Amino acid sequence: MALLSVEGLRTHFATSAGLVRAVDGVSFAIERGEVLGLVGESGCGKSVTSLSIMRLVPPPGRVTAGRILLEGEDLLDKDAEAMRRVRGARIAMVFQEPMTSLNPVFTIGDQIAAAVLAHAAGSRRAAWERAVEMLDRVQVPSPRERARDYPHRLSGGLRQRAMIALALAPGPQLLIADEPTTALDVTIQAQILDLLRRLQAERGMAVLLITHDLGVVAELCHRVAIIYAGRIVEMAPVASIFRQPLHPYTRGLLRCLPHPSRFGQPLSSIDGAPPDLRQVDGGCRFAPRCPHAVESCRRDEPALAERKPGHFVACPVVTV
Amino acid sequence: MTGPFLEVRGLEKRFDVGGAWLRGRRRVIRAVDDVSFAIERGEVLGLVGESGCGKTTTGRLILRLIEPSAGSIRFEGHDLLALSPPRLWAARQRMQIVFQDPFASLNPRMRVGSIIAEPLAIYDRADAAGRRRQVAELLEVVGLDPAFAERYPHELSGGQRQRIGIAAALALRPSLIVADEPVSALDVSVQAQVLNLLMELRRRFGLTYLFISHDLHVVLHMSDRVAVMYLGEIVEIGPRDALHREPRHPYTQVLLSAVPVADPRLRRERIVPKGEVASPLAVPSGCRFHPRCPFVFDRCRVERPALRRVGAGHDAACHLYDER
Repeated sequence: MALLSVEGLRTHFATSAGLVRAVDGVSFAIERGEVLGLVGESGCGKSVTSLSIMRLVPPPGRVTAGRILLEGEDLLDKDAEAMRRVRGARIAMVFQEPMTSLNPVFTIGDQIAAAVLAHAAGSRRAAWERAVEMLDRVQVPSPRERARDYPHRLSGGLRQRAMIALALAPGPQLLIADEPTTALDVTIQAQILDLLRRLQAERGMAVLLITHDLGVVAELCHRVAIIYAGRIVEMAPVASIFRQPLHPYTRGLLRCLPHPSRFGQPLSSIDGAPPDLRQVDGGCRFAPRCPHAVESCRRDEPALAERKPGHFVACPVVTV
Repeated sequence: MTGPFLEVRGLEKRFDVGGAWLRGRRRVIRAVDDVSFAIERGEVLGLVGESGCGKTTTGRLILRLIEPSAGSIRFEGHDLLALSPPRLWAARQRMQIVFQDPFASLNPRMRVGSIIAEPLAIYDRADAAGRRRQVAELLEVVGLDPAFAERYPHELSGGQRQRIGIAAALALRPSLIVADEPVSALDVSVQAQVLNLLMELRRRFGLTYLFISHDLHVVLHMSDRVAVMYLGEIVEIGPRDALHREPRHPYTQVLLSAVPVADPRLRRERIVPKGEVASPLAVPSGCRFHPRCPFVFDRCRVERPALRRVGAGHDAACHLYDER
């Protein structure tokens, strides 16, 4: 059994301007100890997917269909109290901007200790020691002193380390990291990616990495799912997707990036823009921008099909 | 006209922070500290570095959007810092800026047509009918339908807004464009469209760019030469290919190895830098990179290295390349 299995997830937002189908039939699974990347551009539904898993979708959003199975139990069936015991303890989350997720009026150590106490019995003193130990694990220098600091005293990189320590303190089985390095400078990003890679391997923890950056995926992930306009269009092992991307959108995305072998040459770009998620109906959502689209693409919704071992793509037109 | 198209010498910008009101100690941030470079007409110089390295301040100093504390800027034969206000006003038609955030840089109360026509009106370049015609032309130049003139910025996507920002910058037919993180707020597919547009406009109008970005790959892609900044200084400057294939300054090497590449076959041996960038309020002695440098030795802690020649048109400020 997969650790987490998301099946046919639909999360829609009933806004005054119409129903926004932010996530519209997303299915994937994460095995124990696996790092899965969920990649897409702004508004594709990648963050809403992670919030749906945590049952933290803000109104007017609502999960309208699907199952979210954590070790076989459907999280959508759980009441608020049971869900509180899942969050943090079994699934933890790290966000892009640690300043918005850390509480500015408590010290870093207090916050980590509180997270420890929320999910396990023990003394305050032991929880504090655990907080210091966690800060040490995420390579915060002088962890005992830093534990007494308030978040604003720390740099962006140290704050993100503190956030990771906070998320990992209760020992979750799954870490959802939503753009964890996007707000950081590239040298600090490299340090945080190294840290995540090391912690993940040490603890055998599964990670769902939400990102717009295919470079970060290449660095950290085992498998990757490409999401476009609320649906997964391709899912494959990392080596396979970079060696032979199959979906026209994935191919386009990879060719958009400046590449060391092509500096200075015109980039290919994807013409047009993603569809308005209030006005999507049948057919492939990428069809209006797709250079390979045929008549049936606009009519029939493509299913995610395994075209090579472990390599799934939602495009019947593309040849393997 | 003599000399290079744009020449910056010993540029400096100090900001005073603290002081009486906060009753704190008065301290000085050297945002830009002794920066010198030149750009030839039609060339693209990339300026790359991490947050707070002074790249944006450098761009604004060149346009005198903020006033330098010291140094000289020669642009198309004028000494920009010596120009009287009316002559500066005239010279500014030749130099324009494209900003990072097309949401913040366009006036939400103005229609796109008025935004693009505003510089033409300010410099009295054409009558109303002439301005309308030029707006339509400029919109076509940046790949938008002339009907966009009637729209408001909030009706446009990020990529479309950035095209409007570029059209407004082009209105006065400048020779120099300072592009300050022009694609950082955009998704990659839109980023590619805007980068291609900037390259096409350069060819078409013979533009010169100072292209500022934190994204090393984007800078390498766009530039003929690249300058790498760290804590207010240029630590390395050279031709794009030399800097990419044979980076000489350890910071450039660290930056190059830190960028995640979307191609597992190209993964480099990673040089992970120690620690974090020092605060500009407490700039390290000697070489500013020395606390993080994997190759640091005694001299680096005491003596500030000057830029020296390390290859054809290629300079680096590092004691590793001192003659011994």
